[in-house]
Amino acid sequence: MVFDLAFIWAGLIAFAILAYVILDGFDLGVGILFPLMPTEADKDLAMNTVAPVWDGNETWLVLGGGGLFAVFPLAYAVVMPALYVPIIVMLLALVFRGVAFEFRWRTRRGKFLWDLSFFGGSLIATFAQGVALGALVQGIAVEGRAYAGGNWDWLTPFSIITGVALVTGYALLGATWLVMKTDGPVRAIAHRLALWIGWATLALIGLVSLLTPFLNPLYLDRWFRFPNALFSALVPASVLIVAFVFLKGLRENRDTWPFRATLALFVLSFIGLGISFYPYMVPPSLTIWDVAAPDESLLFLLVGALVLVPMILAYTAYAYWVFRGKVDPAGGYH
Amino acid sequence: MFGFDAIELARIQFAFTVSFHIIFPAFSIGLASYLAVLNGLHLWTGREVFLKLFNYWKTIFAVAFGMGVVSGIVMSYQFGTNWSVFSDTAGPVIGPLMGYEVLSAFFLEAGFLGVMLFGREKVGPRLHFFATLMVAIGTLGSAFWILSVNSWMQTPQGHAINEVGQFVPVDWWAIVFNPSFPYRLVHMVLAAYLTTALVVGAVGGWHLLRDRANQASRTMFSMAMGMLIVVAPLQIVAGDFHGLNTLEHQPAKIAAMEGHFEPHPEGGAPLILFGIPDAENETVNYAVQIPYLSSLILTHDLTSPLPGLKDFPREERPPVGIVFWSFRVMVALGFAMLGLGLWAVIMRWRGTMYDRPWLHRAAIAMGPAGFVAVLAGWITTEVGRQPWTVYGLLSTNDSVTAVGASAVGASLLAFIVIYFTLFGAGTFYILRLMGKRPDDGTPVSGIGPTRTAGVTPAPAFDDKFIPAE
Repeated sequence: MVFDLAFIWAGLIAFAILAYVILDGFDLGVGILFPLMPTEADKDLAMNTVAPVWDGNETWLVLGGGGLFAVFPLAYAVVMPALYVPIIVMLLALVFRGVAFEFRWRTRRGKFLWDLSFFGGSLIATFAQGVALGALVQGIAVEGRAYAGGNWDWLTPFSIITGVALVTGYALLGATWLVMKTDGPVRAIAHRLALWIGWATLALIGLVSLLTPFLNPLYLDRWFRFPNALFSALVPASVLIVAFVFLKGLRENRDTWPFRATLALFVLSFIGLGISFYPYMVPPSLTIWDVAAPDESLLFLLVGALVLVPMILAYTAYAYWVFRGKVDPAGGYH
Repeated sequence: MFGFDAIELARIQFAFTVSFHIIFPAFSIGLASYLAVLNGLHLWTGREVFLKLFNYWKTIFAVAFGMGVVSGIVMSYQFGTNWSVFSDTAGPVIGPLMGYEVLSAFFLEAGFLGVMLFGREKVGPRLHFFATLMVAIGTLGSAFWILSVNSWMQTPQGHAINEVGQFVPVDWWAIVFNPSFPYRLVHMVLAAYLTTALVVGAVGGWHLLRDRANQASRTMFSMAMGMLIVVAPLQIVAGDFHGLNTLEHQPAKIAAMEGHFEPHPEGGAPLILFGIPDAENETVNYAVQIPYLSSLILTHDLTSPLPGLKDFPREERPPVGIVFWSFRVMVALGFAMLGLGLWAVIMRWRGTMYDRPWLHRAAIAMGPAGFVAVLAGWITTEVGRQPWTVYGLLSTNDSVTAVGASAVGASLLAFIVIYFTLFGAGTFYILRLMGKRPDDGTPVSGIGPTRTAGVTPAPAFDDKFIPAE
């Protein structure tokens, strides 16, 4: 392990991606569950729980892309063409759901269209992200400084499974978020859904975890060879503890527990991914150091990041604090 | 696909998505500042009309800003999908600048947007003003960084080239403050302010035609026209300086803008007002020109040499027809804006600004002029940079990803259909919001901190925000 600028930046980018996944994860999840909200008022309430924060959440996606461009330009230049189709599909789907936040309040006649746009956009964007993740895990063909595969290399049974897994996972974040942020019928529905989606999520995490080590000898080595396996085994063990907390929270109506447990589940899955990946940025051929920009670039942005990221976290926390607690249906953000 | 090759399709796709995108920031940069001014004026004077105007424009801002965000996310990934060689090569220099844009600007505006739109009752008027101010500063910060990036691509400096052919930073100060950056930044921020002033003026004019006594309509019309008469002349001066800077660093672009094929080594170049440039035969047909004026404008004297397109090899000339015409559209609209501002200031001096239907109609007609001028200006500078992405160093043809034409063509088609549908609907909703009166006599809700928190009537459920269908 080398503790240098490229390593620090790999950590920061990983943090940005994780922040994106859990933050936009719950608001995409609310979108995925949107059609299950029975009445208009329930839909309004569900959307209002995320309306003040979704824009900030999505900014982490821009940081993920922009940050990769800035500090790992070669990874950006290889991964984006390799994942051309899922990335474009994700971007377009995000357009559909992003505009729905405002548009659906601006019309009565067309409201159902924007409800559909919010749901469809959230679902497809999430699926595309999961597929992109799966495609990255299974490896990207590189020749020289460019992507060397075709337009459809990303499409495999494994990437479809990761797509479905992420949809399920985000739906769980959305359901537990609604349990935490609402009362009444919306909470009741979300509470019922959370249990089933929770089981499905755990099953899919298990499936993906079992398949992953066989994609790449490196992954197998990380998970099943002594002594690496000893450390790696902490991850699945922690997943079991978190699953217990999740179920207990649901059963005892402790409304913030299930969401927090789901967050922990995502963090653990992300750590698991990191264990498989390190030190690669674009498996199976490019490491963090292969793709890093020169130190002058890394240092220049790091100075700013060290000042600005804590500020961002502070005012983001403030924005969440302003809108804390259960959302009052009569409060009507809009 | 359709007889285009992959490079052309990638270029069309970038031009299309970035043109759609720039419309929203051009409006929201100015509007965020206007909202901060309205919020501040209400805090300072306590006059209800400012809060009414704030709430009115805030709703419109929310719709426009949402469209700006989602079309902007597309841009941040399109460098990689379609221009991966450019990304790999220029990433170490421009990537960190875009990183600063995200960290210092995007998060700031997005973080405080929720409080600005929905949080007034929860945080009170002072913190609410602060949140509005942060959104405005965020939009300006974003303009700062992205224009630095664009300017570096126009006038690169402060870099070296490493062993794998990447541009690498040597002097960050020189990179950020590259020669064309200050001019471009001033020109674009003024353009955003003009665009917003024209939109606000048009909406004010529209409502004055219906009810010239309406205080909110009067206030917004007056503020917009005041902004126009201050900013339009400044913009013309800034544009002139920007032109001089371009002449120094990108003479081929200036020659294309002017339609000068022949160089004028002794000065005295005529200003071609109109004409049809013919790149093939290197001439401008049907040219209407004013002797000496081009030299006078560009060199501020009559004898300094001016280059022509014939000074450059054919393959290094920008497409002259597009640049020539987009430049004229921008300049003509700039002077029309000045004309509107002058008209309004004369009427104000006579005390009849609110009683002149033709002035109000002219303001309505000029409402979209800022958008057209911004697009025309960007077309001028971006097409004028061709055939380069990084001027003189990296050609456009060498920047593109080797994806097949089918993938680029299919995604282009999807962008066109979806952008026109969704952003068309958004524009329709914005126009409908603008059609609502800014002040229908009902008292404004939630004026101060004395109000109980959390009982704002929801505009969406309020009939005045959704017209009968």
